[in-house]
Amino acid sequence: MKLIFENSIEGRGCELLPACDVPAVELPIELRRAVKPKLPQLSEIDITRHYTALSKRAHGVNCGFYPLGSCTMKYNPRIDEEIAALEGFTNIHPLAPAHTVAGCEEVLTRCGEALAEITGMDAMSLQPAAGAHGEFTGLLLIKSYHHSRGDKKRTKIIVPDSAHGTNPASAAMCGFTTVSIPSASDGCVDLNALQAALDDEVAGLMLTNPNTVGLFDKQILKITELVHEAGGLVYYDGANLNAIMGVVRPGDMGFDVVHLNLHKTFATPHGGGGPGSGPVGCKSFLAPFLPASSIKTGKDALQVRSFYGNFLVIVKALTYIMTLGAEGVREAAQNAVLNANYLMKQLEGSFEPAFDNICMHEFVLCLERFKHDTGVSALDVAKAMIDEGIHPPTMYFPLIVHEALMLEPTETESKSTLDDAALVLKRLYQRAFDEPESMHSAPHKAPISRPDEVLAARQPVLRYEFSHE
Amino acid sequence: MLYYAKSHEWVKLNEDETASIGLSDYAQKELGDLVFVNLPMVGDELVAGAVFGDVESVKAVSDVYSPVSGEVTEINEELLDNPALINEAALDAWFVRLNNVESAEGLLTQEEYDAYIASL
Repeated sequence: MKLIFENSIEGRGCELLPACDVPAVELPIELRRAVKPKLPQLSEIDITRHYTALSKRAHGVNCGFYPLGSCTMKYNPRIDEEIAALEGFTNIHPLAPAHTVAGCEEVLTRCGEALAEITGMDAMSLQPAAGAHGEFTGLLLIKSYHHSRGDKKRTKIIVPDSAHGTNPASAAMCGFTTVSIPSASDGCVDLNALQAALDDEVAGLMLTNPNTVGLFDKQILKITELVHEAGGLVYYDGANLNAIMGVVRPGDMGFDVVHLNLHKTFATPHGGGGPGSGPVGCKSFLAPFLPASSIKTGKDALQVRSFYGNFLVIVKALTYIMTLGAEGVREAAQNAVLNANYLMKQLEGSFEPAFDNICMHEFVLCLERFKHDTGVSALDVAKAMIDEGIHPPTMYFPLIVHEALMLEPTETESKSTLDDAALVLKRLYQRAFDEPESMHSAPHKAPISRPDEVLAARQPVLRYEFSHE
Repeated sequence: MLYYAKSHEWVKLNEDETASIGLSDYAQKELGDLVFVNLPMVGDELVAGAVFGDVESVKAVSDVYSPVSGEVTEINEELLDNPALINEAALDAWFVRLNNVESAEGLLTQEEYDAYIASL
């Protein structure tokens, strides 16, 4: 398929921008380009055909089932987009006088309040632009708190070995040393390992509950108590909030700081590079260190991002929460858990779950024995699913499970979609025994079969090279 | 003499208290195609059981632990450009060479290591 630059024809073009409604200003010469930017020149129909062709080669939640574990690829209702497109939210400027954007301020306030209620936190900042940014901000809160008490020896952050890779990365960015603790055989926190790692140099523990293998850690009250006794704080990674929202609150489990991924749990499509939103909430004793969100205090308060965060993502989150209501938010979480357990149960007799337990919103299959018996790997199964119109699950994660496939059906899938997916997976399971070769070379129907991942990682081509340069 | 650590590194110990360290064949197979390697600097002091580098495969990034303590005298710069060498011949693809080596406890012989990975 041609790139958009390769479709460009000199002299073609179209009017995509509205007419300028302010007086034109001549830029000073030093601010002007020496040469014209090399923008692709296409007619409107060329552009729509290009992007429609691209979209046909991709798989989104609008195309079919997308059980990408740990990512919560649920369907986001259209109403959230419609509300976020209202002119009062789009035709504004961050420096507009506050009295002209009172509605926007109310969105920020009400969304912050709703998220604080859902997480059991006392204060919320909507500034961070995405999940990792939220983690970084949350860890800065922990650091600031210890420093404010003159306690500068706390340089370590404990992270379980099943954690998302962003946790240790955020801790390192924040200047902490990461201490990884092994998980117990049930996939939950090993209390002995935690206790052994706790000392007066520990600033905090980063955890998600349900954890990365999709299990609710029932010892959570004990865990947060142990960390607090050692003088540390406990950080909640909101990656898996979809399983518990409206049912149980991180604040009530003993967590001091949380971050959320609005672009995951609260209705903004993601996976395409943003924008996202990673609000951070905290208990009242940490509130003095929290970046501001409201329009009134934003100017003088702590900032981790310009202005008010990714505002339209916040609008969508508030729309989503208000559309569902308190009961609906709870029901979404309950259905997410129900769907995951239903699909796991349907797979009985084929792929084996890594942990023999009731799961939360996602579950991990362990294909180690299956691979031993058939030679077909988790990667092969994932690739074969593409031919069946299903997006592959998350592979080889978490690292503590060998040959892992991690499935998260989400609450927005119907029973019939889950039944169909279970049939597909059982069929692939059998095919691996009957004709393993066809699995090694899958997918057979996709526009691209097996990209060279090594070459892509080592020599990525990230920009178009104009031939005459 | 060739020994292994349970964290899947090999170490070749020489009589003059020098050694070289690499990743076991089992480890490279488990990790899959390697795309990046991070190595320490010449002069760094490695501590037995502590992380001294990492390898990145198309699946994941993994820490590499030192089976022994010692001072880095040489790093294998060829691996930085071509980590696939580790996949091709793990026992030839040394990461670092050390001197003033102190052997650590708990190292496994080839036979013991084979039995260990068979038990995994």
